[in-house]
Amino acid sequence: MSAREEILARIARAVAGAEDVEIPRDYRTEAATGDLVGLFAERVDDYRAVVHVLPAAEAAGLVAERVAGRRMIVPDGFDLAGHESWPDLHTADGVVTGCAVAVAVTGTIVLDHGPGQGTRAQTLVPDYHLCVVRAGQIVSSVPEAIARLDPSRPLTWISGPSATSDIELSRVEGVHGPRTLEVVIST
Amino acid sequence: MSATFLGMPGNFPKNSQKAVQDSQLRYNLRKATHTIRGKRASVVGELPDWAELRAAGKAIKDHTLRNLDRYLVQLERAVQDAGGTVHWARDAAEANRIVTALVKATGEREVVKVKSMATQEIELNQALAAEGITAYETDLAELIVQLGDDFPSHILVPAIHRNRSEIREIFLEKMPKTPEGLTDDPPALAEAARLHLRERFLRSKVAISGANFMVAETGTLVVLESEGNGRMCLTLPETLISVVGIEKLLPAWRDLEVFLQLLPRSSTGERMNPYTSMWTGAVEGQDFHLVLLDNGRTGVLADEVGRQALRCIRCSACLNVCPVYERAGGHAYGSVYPGPIGAILTPQLRGMGSELDASLPYASSLCGACYDVCPVAIDIPEVLVDLRAKAPHAAAEKAGMKVAGWILDDHRRLAAAQRIAAKVRGLVPKKRLPGPMSAWTDTRDVPEIPEESFRDWWERNERA
Repeated sequence: MSAREEILARIARAVAGAEDVEIPRDYRTEAATGDLVGLFAERVDDYRAVVHVLPAAEAAGLVAERVAGRRMIVPDGFDLAGHESWPDLHTADGVVTGCAVAVAVTGTIVLDHGPGQGTRAQTLVPDYHLCVVRAGQIVSSVPEAIARLDPSRPLTWISGPSATSDIELSRVEGVHGPRTLEVVIST
Repeated sequence: MSATFLGMPGNFPKNSQKAVQDSQLRYNLRKATHTIRGKRASVVGELPDWAELRAAGKAIKDHTLRNLDRYLVQLERAVQDAGGTVHWARDAAEANRIVTALVKATGEREVVKVKSMATQEIELNQALAAEGITAYETDLAELIVQLGDDFPSHILVPAIHRNRSEIREIFLEKMPKTPEGLTDDPPALAEAARLHLRERFLRSKVAISGANFMVAETGTLVVLESEGNGRMCLTLPETLISVVGIEKLLPAWRDLEVFLQLLPRSSTGERMNPYTSMWTGAVEGQDFHLVLLDNGRTGVLADEVGRQALRCIRCSACLNVCPVYERAGGHAYGSVYPGPIGAILTPQLRGMGSELDASLPYASSLCGACYDVCPVAIDIPEVLVDLRAKAPHAAAEKAGMKVAGWILDDHRRLAAAQRIAAKVRGLVPKKRLPGPMSAWTDTRDVPEIPEESFRDWWERNERA
């Protein structure tokens, strides 16, 4: 018998006669209403990320300012006129991306690595990640984010910069991922 | 790691007796468990629907386990459709053979690893080493443990038993090219690890991971982490091999909405962990292999009381509230699964053939704090009691229990026994009982036997 057949047969024997279970789903699917932008900004700030909330025109200005003079990776599909994308992942100073969805209650940004979001490696290897979140992309809760995402795409959920608490539980930012996460919320 | 947990001599009482005399260890553990415990309580308190999420998490896991064969086949199909290859492993040896062959096929002699309990359980690093392949742990705590030739002592923070100066010593001694003047400041130590590992990440062609969840409906694998070493391993190498226990399955994409709320809050006490990676099959040009691991899990599944241990999502909340873990530490359990969950999972996965494994169901005060915090409501005390009944007992103990049962079964026999005890009370030693009964008095004094039983006193004074 192959390992596959044997494991499946063991399972069938183990659960024979056991009753099935109904799954109660009476938890909240929406976590908050009202000022989602404010809540998201507050929660991202809690992770020691840098956060700005700006009207769209000013947000674009801030991004241009941050990118100027730096060896920044600008992924295909990211709308940034007049800046050449730095071609080498390993010598880049940073990366600028959009996102697929953001979660207010947890302060999380989700990238699905579609247009304007780069590859998984591009948002990981450089030490600085500048992420633009449009206000309309912010949902209140984790269930709303899950509902909006396409599981056939690779997904990266980011909640603050890279961090470790492995040494005496003292939090240190930037072990392997970007040390600095800067989030521009465009309203 | 050169040594091995399996067949470790001794038992939990002996191991923990040694551990509680280590005041540095007790200080480290107390500080760590109380800190995480407090953080967890505060973020769990933020969610008004925690009880509902917990009930949903428990039910999703129970439903999955009931239909595990069907969902595993669905997962296999979805992973294959997305360009991945699925392998099945009955036990540790088979899983190690599969992984070793996959690594050899790439022609590489080095692999990077994401922290994974499944690969620790099967001792993959040792199996790879035997075939001339070096496995590098990349999680900071796992790196500390690996460099220190040590064992992990906590599910979430495996080097929790080490303090900063010990970690500095390990780095200086074992890490090539440590920065000059390395201090024991955590940022300095983390930076040293970053430099040490970065080159390795960029060089490695093969990575090995576990997974926190697998979704049957979509074939998606999910890894939660903090440092980014997981993302480095999952993203950069050309070949990715994930070794995952068959119980890590969730039926539907939607089910992640429950577990992405339960897990980070229960484990690190954060609203969300810094990084979560999800991938379905072979993505961004990677070669992807999934090894589905049984290794005793189907045996646990067959036990009607014990199977609930398979709901575990490895959050470690039960360790951080356990008064026994807090004092004895993780090493005393002699397993990659320490603490209350380890006390029920290890003897079920490994059987109770060794003295150590037979002692684990007793590594608890049955206070129930672990059940209260468990995000998937595993009734750990219930399983502990059930396992105690199944554990092997000494002949003298069994005989003693039989006699006690016979006496307690009938009030006349009990009254007679009490009268006899009152008559011979002068002969009973005050502190230590002789022979096999000495085990009982190792940790207790003999209670004083009264001159007269309450029953007799009642007969004499109140009846009339």
